[in-house]
Amino acid sequence: MSRKPYHREVPRVLWFFDHPRYLRYMARELTCLFIGAYTLLLVVGIGRLAEGRAAYEAFLEALKSPLSIVFHVLALGFAVYHSVTWFNLTPKALPVQIGEEFMPDWVIAGAHYAVWVLLSLGILFFAGVF
Amino acid sequence: MSERRFELEVLRYNPETDSAPHFQRYSVGCEEEGVVLDALNRIKETIDPTLSYRWSCHMAVCGSCGMMINGEPKLACKAFLRNYAGVIRVEPLAHFPIERDLVTVLDDFMDKLARVKPYLIPKEEKPLSAGEYRQTPAELKKFKQYTLCINCMLCYAACPEYGLIPKFIGPAAIALAHRYNQDSRDGGRDERQEEIAATEGVWECSFAGACSEVCPEHVDPAGAIQQVKIASTVDWYRDHLMPWLKK
Amino acid sequence: MAKSNKPLVWGPFAAGGTLTAFLTPVLVLLTLLAALGYAPEALTYERLYVFASHWLVKFTLAVVVFLSLWSAAHRLRIMFYDLGVRADTLVATALYTIAGAGSAAVIAYLARI
Repeated sequence: MSRKPYHREVPRVLWFFDHPRYLRYMARELTCLFIGAYTLLLVVGIGRLAEGRAAYEAFLEALKSPLSIVFHVLALGFAVYHSVTWFNLTPKALPVQIGEEFMPDWVIAGAHYAVWVLLSLGILFFAGVF
Repeated sequence: MSERRFELEVLRYNPETDSAPHFQRYSVGCEEEGVVLDALNRIKETIDPTLSYRWSCHMAVCGSCGMMINGEPKLACKAFLRNYAGVIRVEPLAHFPIERDLVTVLDDFMDKLARVKPYLIPKEEKPLSAGEYRQTPAELKKFKQYTLCINCMLCYAACPEYGLIPKFIGPAAIALAHRYNQDSRDGGRDERQEEIAATEGVWECSFAGACSEVCPEHVDPAGAIQQVKIASTVDWYRDHLMPWLKK
Repeated sequence: MAKSNKPLVWGPFAAGGTLTAFLTPVLVLLTLLAALGYAPEALTYERLYVFASHWLVKFTLAVVVFLSLWSAAHRLRIMFYDLGVRADTLVATALYTIAGAGSAAVIAYLARI
């Protein structure tokens, strides 16, 4: 009897559409595009700030365009998705053993969420939002 | 116990006669409360004795019966027929070459498993007269979870990176290396790092987490891999920024 | 097989991923408010210029920008591979260069403030 193993096909380019779990993974990966683009926007803003009042205020005006608003809403959604997925995975990457038992996942993730909320509120407060 | 008719669509491949795999439909009577493995056994016993597949314990501890059931990596002995509607599609475990029917070629995983040295390598030689290794419950708990791996390879079938990068050493191999690294009796981490801290080790993982989702024993290989990444990164920066530090 | 040098690029990725998880959403919210016409006090030219003049703020902004751009670049690199683009070295060089350029730019801008 001779062996003739059949080699499987290379996954198709859109393999992540095959199952919700891979789609969620790709969505998480996609967050980097928006976070990266947003950070580049911040770099441009800081550049305008350095140029002078006129340049900076023109930048603030440009932010009001419909394209900018749509981008911001999308970026906010993706940034939050990044935060949620990152905090939920942290306990898996950084387990903490106290005595015999490990700290439950919800404690580690919960602490991150708490810091996130407090930090965000703090920044909003100091920015004069409320 | 009541019987029902089940429809299975099984991928067949005979290396002696086929150039490519093809599906074959079976209609088989089986207990409603049974598992896909029961249906396969019934097919083999009463309809088609040529159907080939691996199985052994029928209770999810041996890791033999891994296969794709409706596109999801599962143990056939743990896939309950009542959870499926309509035709049940049964294929060999993804990302492995097909030997025959539902039997896959496991050589790649076996090689990788051997490479990570999945056995205790004591820190120093200890004669029998020196007595047993003592371990506290806390030290045991540190690695216990990773001992549960039954080498079923569902994680390799689920891992998208293993599908794209066949050289990737894979979830189970890394989880098993981690099991020994975390064992207080072991001193072999440096040796294992040569394999798992290489490019084809943990660094091909992108933390998709599919491996941990499909693992029937809740080993959480994804967690193990991230822990190895962090430890390897700390090591790397320490070695490169402070080379004068002795281990 | 030799140990990889991936940690060199992965370390900043992990740090940047953590940083952006904590910080980016509230930053987006601030500029979103500005985009909707409710720009907070801190984003007026006077307040922001004074804020950005402080050396500690400049240092922090530079670090935030670098880690954010780097972690985005690294993840995007993985994404390209996941999407079937096999030229990893080329993609990595291009993306890390963009991250580096953005970081260099922000340092140059901050130096002028």
